[in-house]
Parts: sequence; structure tokens; C-alpha cells
Amino acid sequence: MNAIAWGAALLQALLYAALAPLLVGWIRKVKARLQNRRGATVFQPYRDLRKLLLKEARVAHTASPLFRAAPYIVFVSTWLAASTVPLIAVNLPTAAIADIIVLVGLLALARFFLALAGMDVGTAFGGMGASREMLVAALAEPAMLMAVFTLAMSAHSTNLASVIDYQLGDFALRPSFLFALGGLILVAIAETGRIPVDNPATHLELTMIHEAMLLEYSGRHLALMEWAAQIKLVLYGTLIANIFFPWGIGLDFAPAALATGLAAVVLKLFTLGAALAIGETVLAKMRLFRAPAFLNLALLLALLGLLSQVILEVGA
Amino acid sequence: MTQHTALLLAGLAVLLALVSSVVSVAAIRVPRVLRLLVMPLFGLAGLAALAAGLLILEQGGVATATLPMGLPWLPSRVRLDVLSGFFLCVIGVVSVAVGLYGPAYVRGFERGRDSLTALGGFAGLFLAGMLLVVLADDAFLFMVAWEVMSLSSYFLVAFQHENAANRRAAFLYLLMAHIGGLAILLGYGVLASFGGGFAFEAMRAAPLSPGWASVAFALAFVGFGMKAGLVPLHAWLPEAHPAAPSHISALMSGVMLKVAVYGFIRFVFDLLGDVHWQWGVAVLVIGGISALTGVLAALMQTDLKRLLAYSSVENLGIIFIGLGLALVFLGTGHALLGALAFVAALYHVLNHALFKGLLFLGAGAIVQSTHEYNLEQMGGLLRRMPWTGLFFLLGCISIAALPPFNGFVSEWLTFQAALQAWQLESGVLRSLIPIVSAVLALTGALVAATFVKVYGVAFLGQARSRHVRRARQVPLGMRAGQGWLASLCLLLGVLPTTVIGVIDVIPRELLGAGLPQAAAHGWLWLTPVSPATASYSAPLVIVLLAVFAGAALWGMRRSAVRRVRRCDAWDCGFAPPTVRMQYTATAFAQPIRQVFGLLFHIEESVGQREDGAPRYQLSIADRAWSLFYMPVARAVESASRRVVRLQSGNVRVYLGWTLATLVLLLWIIS
Repeated sequence: MNAIAWGAALLQALLYAALAPLLVGWIRKVKARLQNRRGATVFQPYRDLRKLLLKEARVAHTASPLFRAAPYIVFVSTWLAASTVPLIAVNLPTAAIADIIVLVGLLALARFFLALAGMDVGTAFGGMGASREMLVAALAEPAMLMAVFTLAMSAHSTNLASVIDYQLGDFALRPSFLFALGGLILVAIAETGRIPVDNPATHLELTMIHEAMLLEYSGRHLALMEWAAQIKLVLYGTLIANIFFPWGIGLDFAPAALATGLAAVVLKLFTLGAALAIGETVLAKMRLFRAPAFLNLALLLALLGLLSQVILEVGA
Repeated sequence: MTQHTALLLAGLAVLLALVSSVVSVAAIRVPRVLRLLVMPLFGLAGLAALAAGLLILEQGGVATATLPMGLPWLPSRVRLDVLSGFFLCVIGVVSVAVGLYGPAYVRGFERGRDSLTALGGFAGLFLAGMLLVVLADDAFLFMVAWEVMSLSSYFLVAFQHENAANRRAAFLYLLMAHIGGLAILLGYGVLASFGGGFAFEAMRAAPLSPGWASVAFALAFVGFGMKAGLVPLHAWLPEAHPAAPSHISALMSGVMLKVAVYGFIRFVFDLLGDVHWQWGVAVLVIGGISALTGVLAALMQTDLKRLLAYSSVENLGIIFIGLGLALVFLGTGHALLGALAFVAALYHVLNHALFKGLLFLGAGAIVQSTHEYNLEQMGGLLRRMPWTGLFFLLGCISIAALPPFNGFVSEWLTFQAALQAWQLESGVLRSLIPIVSAVLALTGALVAATFVKVYGVAFLGQARSRHVRRARQVPLGMRAGQGWLASLCLLLGVLPTTVIGVIDVIPRELLGAGLPQAAAHGWLWLTPVSPATASYSAPLVIVLLAVFAGAALWGMRRSAVRRVRRCDAWDCGFAPPTVRMQYTATAFAQPIRQVFGLLFHIEESVGQREDGAPRYQLSIADRAWSLFYMPVARAVESASRRVVRLQSGNVRVYLGWTLATLVLLLWIIS
């Protein structure tokens, strides 16, 4: 039993890494169709990663050892963070290793090194990206924690598996969860660097956030950074999909349950991806100093969720 | 019997500290004494304190002794219990690091004009004072030790007194320390008058009405909060701590603030005993404000040591959030949750001592190697001082509360305690605690931004000035001191369950409730309330990180071209980046400064220099000065101007006043 459970956890970790480029490919495809383009195939991100992995890495003369270590740290901590989020089955052994606060902590660890790597070479753009990333993070992280605390207070647990069990066991349309969902969606958009906070497709110097920090990377280092960003997108998508709409997730580790779980989560993620693509098509990117208003809205929504939970719903 | 050995060891620690103080008199003639004898003795004193603390924590129980000193009717008594033992560990662990670090560091002063005797002598007294505060068992010895600690640290702040700013900082520190000391004295006065004696034993038994208990609490909160640097009483701290030599800054920020926390815990949780949840609300709110304003102020600083000092304000805020939660839970009858919050606060006390000590020692290494305090002049130090760079990075990760390091554990525990707020009956408390935890979350994210700024600007990028370009590795002893603290940061982050298993005895003996569940599932799992509520396995996190990293590296090995070619920086293909094109510390903080600017007095102007070049000026002032300190200072000044009128210089008038006072007092008594 235990071996099967760990096997399922391993499978899930590998699935995160394997599925991540597909979601990005799908979003790009939908966006292209919405813009009346044919767009590249949904498998294009895999080809990009492969190309980057096979290329020679170039590192600036002025880079320190931290610059070369950072891609591994960023990739590994994002990947570990993702593997603690139930993707295809709930109650995996990895869920007990890290609860939702540790998840936020691991993402913060990845961001810390990403920002440091941006500042390492000593270029203007790297520092700019790092500074902006930390601003966005400083406002998004509390909103994220407040949103998940709303769930944790209801479920009386910060373990994601328990929260999902709670949702499956006794589902009700709670106002607090709606607020938390709204807050979490805004946080997810900001944290994964999507429009309107950041634009993943731009290399227009003065508007970059995430891309500015990666500017000096090439070859396998860039591949790891890009891959980590893709895993992070799947992570947030799964978090929203499986916490708020947990149906279909596998309750045990039988192959049939896992297959259903996989089909369900892929369906949910593709729906969310399509919604994201539509949102990115109709919205324009904001100025950087409009982003705090956007994130304050997220914080406010999350806090409202938490307050309505503690005031209205306790004991209910 | 073992408890008695522990007490003897603690006494030995005090004695060694005093000996190191006395021996440093010899440094007048032979400067080498300071590094060959005084600093090693200081480290040994720390080691003895650490051993004493660990022994009593392991054994539990209490040891007391009566000292052959004190007042005729009040012989000085010392007492070692688990709470004192824990704080002995905190003091000891940083003192050991200072003992390792000090010899090489004080060598830098040997050729200077500053008095080495003062440096060694007052440092020894300072340590002895702190140890005695923790051991004291009556208010009299406590206050004497407290004043020894405050006064000796005043002389250390004023050590480089040629600098007028240091003299001013030292005076402000002395003033605030005494106002705080007065409040503490009055607090003890309330307890002593109800309990009928200055011994802590009598005070514990004092029958206090809730009103008087609240008065005593308020006095203690002001007094100890002043020393702990809580907002709005913190303004002295960022002036005083950076002014001292760096190893003393490490002791002041890392340890002395914790002695204030000890005083607060001893006074409120032990002597007052019967706590009210309303006190907890006050502590929570002040703690939250301190945490947030402390980190924002830290983020704005460009002076490395000032930045670290402001970050201490923030960390003490987090500790007091934990203590506030403990008071709220205990006051509403949730002993188990109170113990959880209390353990979280204690864990953070230890963590902050470790990483703040580490960071101040790192700052000292930078200062000794570059003679530079200003972040804007630094850069690229990682390649010039790789060991200091590595240890400083570990300190930054720890303080930014990132897993799997120690800062994360205490923050996680504080969040877990806050998340139990649903068990409270009062709706006000249920909504206040989540707001405070939102503040804590915001603080955590801002701390990460602050330390990305510090590390990115100081250690990464390119050197921004010539003397920083010439920085060199610091001597082995200084690296060893930092390495000791850095490895403890990692150890306490990876083995939280073991550590909590040790600390757990403190709430059990002090509050009558421990955390039976915390370590119930083996050393691998930390489950503060129950496994279903929350679990964290730091050892597995680090193992999995290593496994995943191995997988990633292995994958790279198979598929990639292994070569790395060095080239010029790309920077979007513009002209080759120069040193001055790098983001500065001021620039890094600019977006956050714009968002949170309202909390500070910010004056920003762009003008022209005489040669026509643009000139950018920025000044950031703490609002505590204009809102709190200056009004008080003005009120004191105008009051004293009025009192001056009594001073006519005529003896007969003075005698008249004396007579009038005497008559008035006699009338009141009769």
C-alpha cells in the first residue's frame, strides 16, 4: 500500500513536469486562434525546451557561482512545491510533508533565488526585474496566504489533502470561498506573470518583470527557468481547480481512479487555460504602478473571505 | 542535583565574563591581551552559559542559591529554571560566536586610538549583566543587573565617540534605557507592595485586583517594550545598535533584545500569572505594527547596519505577535493553544538571535574588509569574500523565513497558532487575529524583498567603489564565528521537532500545558496540533529537494552540451553594462517606497549640481520622531523651563521650598 502511494506521488511529480509545457502550448494556441492566427502546435513548448537543453550555455564574465546554481534551485523548489499539490489523487504521502504554508514558502524560496539571479550579472534590466518582482510578490503573497487561510479555517487544517477532503465531503456554496476564489485567481495571474500584471510574450525592455530577470540566461539554464515558470502555472491552475472544483480527483490509488483523476484535471486545466487566454486577449497590460491596486483588490477579497468565514460561518 | 550543577555552570559563566572584563585592564599596556585572553574568556563564558542552559532544559526543575551580597534585609537570590535556561542558551550561543569572531575582529582596533580596555571591559560586564538578569530571583538583583547591562552597553555604543552621531545615539540610548528602567521599576513596585516583598516568590503570590494587575502589566509592557524596541518606542534602536562595533551589535540585537523579552515573559507569564486576554490584544496590535513598520523602514535603509537594526524591530514585532497570541489564548482558557503560540514565540527568539547575530557578524566582516557601511558603494563581494558571502546568504534565507531554514519554522508555528483562532468565542478576536496574520504575511514577503536587496546589492553584481573592489577574505576566526551560527540556522530549520521537544518543557513548567502532539509522530514529523490539522517535515523537504536536484542534474548530464562559455553580459544588446548602470539599493526599494510611502516622511527632489549635472536627493524619516518623540521632548522642555523659575539661586528660597515640602508630606502621612 505504502509503496503504491509513494509510486502515485512519484507519478504525480513526473506528471507535473511533463504536463507543464502542454498547458502553456494550449494557452498560446487558444490565444492565437482568438487573434485569428493559426499559431504553433500545442507541443511547441516541448520543442523549445529540447532546443534550449541541447544548446550551449553562455554565462557572463561577471556572473558569480550563484548565477549557475540559481536555475537548479528555482526549478527544484518549484517542482517540489508542485508535487505537494494533489493533482490526480488526494491523500498522497507527499501532502503530509508540506502543507499549504510550506508550499507558499517553497515558492518564495524559488522567487528569492530568481530575484538574486537577476541581480547577479549587474545589468540594469536584471535589477529592475528583481525589484518589480519583489514588489508584486510582497503584495501577492499575503493575499495568497489569506485566501488559503480562509479554506484552512473552514477545514480546520492547512493540509491541502484535508481541505480537498472537506470540500468533497460537505460541499456548500460559501460566500467566504467565493471571495477566496476571486482573490486566488488574481494572485495566480500576478504570480505567474500573466496579463494584466506582466506579459510573458514581451521582450519590450521597460515593461518586463519576469523576463527581465532571465535576460542573461541561455541554454539549459534558461530551459530550467522556463520550465519552472511553466510548472508554476500548472501549480496555480491545479490549486484553483482542485480546491474549488475537486470533483473527479482520485480518492484511492487504483489505476482507474488515477486515470479518471488525470482526465478530470486535464479537462479542468484546459478550461482554466482557455479562460486565461480569453482574459489575456481582451485585457491590456497595466502600468506597473497600477499593479498594487490590482493586488490590493486580491488582498481585500481574500481578507473579506477570511472575515466572512470567521464572523458568519463559524459553527455553521 | 543536576540542576545544581547547571546553576554552578551558570555561575561560572558569570564569573568568566567578569574575569574577561577585569583582565582587559591589562590591554592598556599590552593590546594583544584583548584578542589572546579577553575574547577567548568571553567565548568560554558563552560556552558555560550554553551548557548550563542545555542541562537545565534537559533535566527540568529548578535550582536556587543565595549570593553573599545584596541588601541586609534582602539577600540576593539566584534561581535557574527552564525559562532562564532557555535564555541562557540564547545568550550563550551568540557569545560563543562572538568569542570565535572577536579575536580577529578586535585586531582591527589595535592600531586605532580607541581604548581597548573599554571595549573588552564593558563587553564582559555587558555579558555578565545579561546573564544575571536571567538568573535573578528578586526585583532588586534584577534591576541592578538590568542597569549593569544597560550602562555597559551605553559605553559600548559610545565606544567610537569621536563621531558626533555616535555620541548622540549613545545619549538617546541612555535616556530611553532609563525611562524604560523606570517603568519596569514601577511595575515591580506594584507587585512588591501587594506581595509584601521584592523576592519573586512573594510577587508570584501577590493578591492583585484586575485593575492593579493591568497597571503592572502596562508598566512592564512599556518598560520591556522600550528595551525590545517596539514601535513607537523604537527610535533609539536603529541609532544605537549600528554605532557599536559589529560584534557588540550582534550581541545587542541578537541577545540584549531577547533579555527584554525574557523580562516581559518572566513578569507577565510568571509573576502576574493570571493573564487577561485584553492584554493579549494590546500586545498583538503593537507587535503587528512593529513588525510591519520595522520591515518597511529596513527596506528603505541604505546603511547596512541600520537596516539590520530596523529588521530587529520587525523580528521583535513577530515575537510579540506570538506572545500576544499566547496571552489571548491563555486568557480565554485555551491552554494548549497558548502553549503553541508561546513555543512559536520562543522559537523565534532563538532563531532571531542566531540569524541576526550571523548577519551582524557578516556586516562586521564587510566593514573590516572594506571600511564601508553604505550599500550603495558595495557590490560583487561574493567573489571576493566567498565564505562570508555564503554564510550571509544562509542568514538572509533564514531571516526571510524560507524553508528549510529556521526562520520559516517559527513563522509557520505562529501561523498555525493564529489559524486556531476559530476556537475562540469572541467574534472580535476571531476577526482581529486573521488581520494580524495578514500583517505577518505581508511582513514576511517584505522581509524577503529587503534581503534580496541587501544580498543582491552588496554581494552580487559589480563593486561600486574602489575600496570595495579591493575587499579580501577575512581571517579564519571570523569565518568560524559566522559558520557556527549559519550551521545552527540550518540545523534548527531541519530538525524543528527535536528542538520543540526540548523547548516544550518551558510551557509545561511555566503555563502548565505543553504540546503533547508536536513530537508524537517521531523526529521526522512536526505536527503542532494534530497530523490532520497541519504537518511539516523539514528533513523530508530537504531530502526531496536534494533528490529532485539530483534528478535535474542527471537529466542535464544526459541531454545537454555540458560546456559553458563565458561571454559579455547581453543586457538586451545595449552598450556594455558599466558599474553605474546597476540597480542601486535606493532604486530597488523605489516601487515599494512609492506604495507604502505614506508611513514615512519622504522628501525627494531632483535639482542641479553646481557643474550642471542632475542631482537627486532623498531623505526618509521615521514618523515616530515627529508623532511621538518630538512632542514628548518639547513637552519635557517646556515643563523644565517652567520649573526653572524655582531656581532663583537664593539659598533661603530653596530652604523655604524644602520646609514647604516637608510640611506637605507630614500632612499627607498624618
